Amino acid sequence: MSLFRGRRILAGAMTLVAAAALTACGSKTTDEGGATGVTADVSGDTVKVGLLNSLSGTMAISEVTVRDSIMLAVEEINAAGGVLGKKIQPVGEDGASDWPTFAEKAEKLISEDRVAAVFGCWTSASRKAVKPVFEKNKALLFYPVQYEGLEQSPYIFYTGATTNQQIVPGLDYLKSQGAKSVYLVGSDYVFPRTANKIIKAYATANGMTVLGEDYAPLGSTEFGTIVNKVKSSGADAVFNTLNGDSNVAFFKEYKSAGLTAAAMPVVSVSIAEEEVKGIGTQYLEGQLTAWNYYQTTPGAANSKFVAAYKAKYGADKPTSDPMEAAYVGVHLWKAMVEKAGAFDVEKVRSASDGITFDAPEGLVTVDGKTQHIAKTARIGKIGADGLITEVWNSGKPVAPDPYLKTYPWASGLS
Amino acid sequence: MTVLFGQLFTGISIGAVLLLIALGLALTFGQMNVINMAHGEFIMAGAYTTYVLQQSITGAGLSLVVALPVAFVVAGAMGVLLEVLLIRRLYARPLDTLLVTWGVSLMLQQLARDVFGSPNVQTRAPELLTGNVALPGGLTIANNRLFILALALAAVAALTLALRLTPLGRRIRAVVQNRDLAAVSGIATSRVDRTTFFLGSGLAGLAGVALTLLGPIGPTMGTNLIIDAFLVVVVGGIGQLKGSVIVAFALGVLQATGEYLTTLSVAKVIVFVAIVAFLQWRPQGLFTLRTRSLA
Repeated sequence: MSLFRGRRILAGAMTLVAAAALTACGSKTTDEGGATGVTADVSGDTVKVGLLNSLSGTMAISEVTVRDSIMLAVEEINAAGGVLGKKIQPVGEDGASDWPTFAEKAEKLISEDRVAAVFGCWTSASRKAVKPVFEKNKALLFYPVQYEGLEQSPYIFYTGATTNQQIVPGLDYLKSQGAKSVYLVGSDYVFPRTANKIIKAYATANGMTVLGEDYAPLGSTEFGTIVNKVKSSGADAVFNTLNGDSNVAFFKEYKSAGLTAAAMPVVSVSIAEEEVKGIGTQYLEGQLTAWNYYQTTPGAANSKFVAAYKAKYGADKPTSDPMEAAYVGVHLWKAMVEKAGAFDVEKVRSASDGITFDAPEGLVTVDGKTQHIAKTARIGKIGADGLITEVWNSGKPVAPDPYLKTYPWASGLS
Repeated sequence: MTVLFGQLFTGISIGAVLLLIALGLALTFGQMNVINMAHGEFIMAGAYTTYVLQQSITGAGLSLVVALPVAFVVAGAMGVLLEVLLIRRLYARPLDTLLVTWGVSLMLQQLARDVFGSPNVQTRAPELLTGNVALPGGLTIANNRLFILALALAAVAALTLALRLTPLGRRIRAVVQNRDLAAVSGIATSRVDRTTFFLGSGLAGLAGVALTLLGPIGPTMGTNLIIDAFLVVVVGGIGQLKGSVIVAFALGVLQATGEYLTTLSVAKVIVFVAIVAFLQWRPQGLFTLRTRSLA
């Protein structure tokens, strides 16, 4: 066999890899048009709700935990008598970490199963894929993950943080600690780029200097150069919007370079209790995170939530912010339906304003105008035991402001 | 100046990682011409071996030392199994080998998911390897990268000596240069193939142990590395180790320099453009093996 032949086959191999990557990224949303407002089937003595999470593929690691906590909420509500006297019957679908699949399954849940509401999605890409489906059918989605803001669909309730409830408080905290300069490190996709745009606008208005900004492709695990740049910049702190495996490589490199949480703290917005387990406390101890909930958040509601979750899924399973937001979403939907006295989507929406729930993270209130919820912002420090303990909180729930309209420095952003 | 040396070292250490993941492939692909898409999963097997050993051996340093030979044997054994069960039957059908090993790679990933779960697992690195050597002028050199550099160079040295000086090495070279002539001269070529595959896969296991010091340990870690490994071997020239060594370090330094001056994504583009241009100029790679074989 000639040497050339080997290379031609190799080219075939690369094509195969590339093709596999492309199928994973290709996105096409179903758009049949016409159908408007499929009404939920609530004729029986049960009411169906849809659960739409990735149970397979690259996002399964995170989304399975969200599915688990949604199921926990459903069981709690059923044990307490259901919603408007009807037991909740969950219909689960697998989004398979593939955005067109999310859109297809959303359509199926709404049109075929005629569910009253859908709980799920994680990545912004999956949310963007299902958004037109929910809007076309006038059906409800409860989305549980912190995201990049600048969105407000009438048929989505956002129970995770928007930017002014996570990133802005993170910056406020750094500023209060005397940080005059930051270095931005993030994965190369929509969330980190949008977040960094906001951070730069904040920095300009608050006398902070952004000493550098670097992006790594998702899945990238070589951080030698980026850490070198961070180190030689001499920044007071690092704002980290990396996602997934890259965090592991970044923090290992960070420690090897002799950088410490004391000298140059890193604030991360995508590392929760579950991720800490995969990176190792050896590398993370003392670093900071910005969220709205930690497993260690005090309060009776959280003790109950943590105990119930561990009893159902295992003592070694940590609870995290997106899981809590998903759990809260189900309870908020129940409260909205009961206030409206009906499952009808428009009635539920108009009943939503001012609904409160004593959540594990503390009291949350639905803002009917933006369909986001007011949440307390919390900065936490990662401990040697892998848990995150709060070092600062906003004192009271922060009203959601997805378009950052109340921040003068953000006027040029959207 | 400090930054310059820091970057130079970063480049060399990226090169060392590339070398370590490509070395095994230089044997199985470079010498035997088998395109083994599951090579990355042997790296993963080496990393998980480190993880499993740490469950029973408490000292992080000791478990790392023990993991090196054990991972070599584990990954090597997986390689032999793959060779005996599948690849041997497909030597005349390279395209089928490609597809079959791609399938094996997917199966091994799923196996890892079923056994260890889809979240990443972590190992503790010995304290010594998480620190760094401080040089005058504020330059620091990370110990884990020094360790990987030393490991890569040791592996190259050992492999070179084995191929040059041992009877086994002579047989491997004979089979690579002219399989038919080697066979009629009394060399059991199929046994040599199996041994070569064991060594190549074992080196992947070694790379896996080293990578636990740098990055994540998860089911998909191998797929992220396989393309880089193939690039090094193809550009280096098939059938020669020294090509892979030179190219690994050259690509490492190019990547680090490009990344420092621009961004990571642009640096990747620069590296790929350089590779394409180079292969236009020298399609056979940096070095080629002169052979009298007719194929």
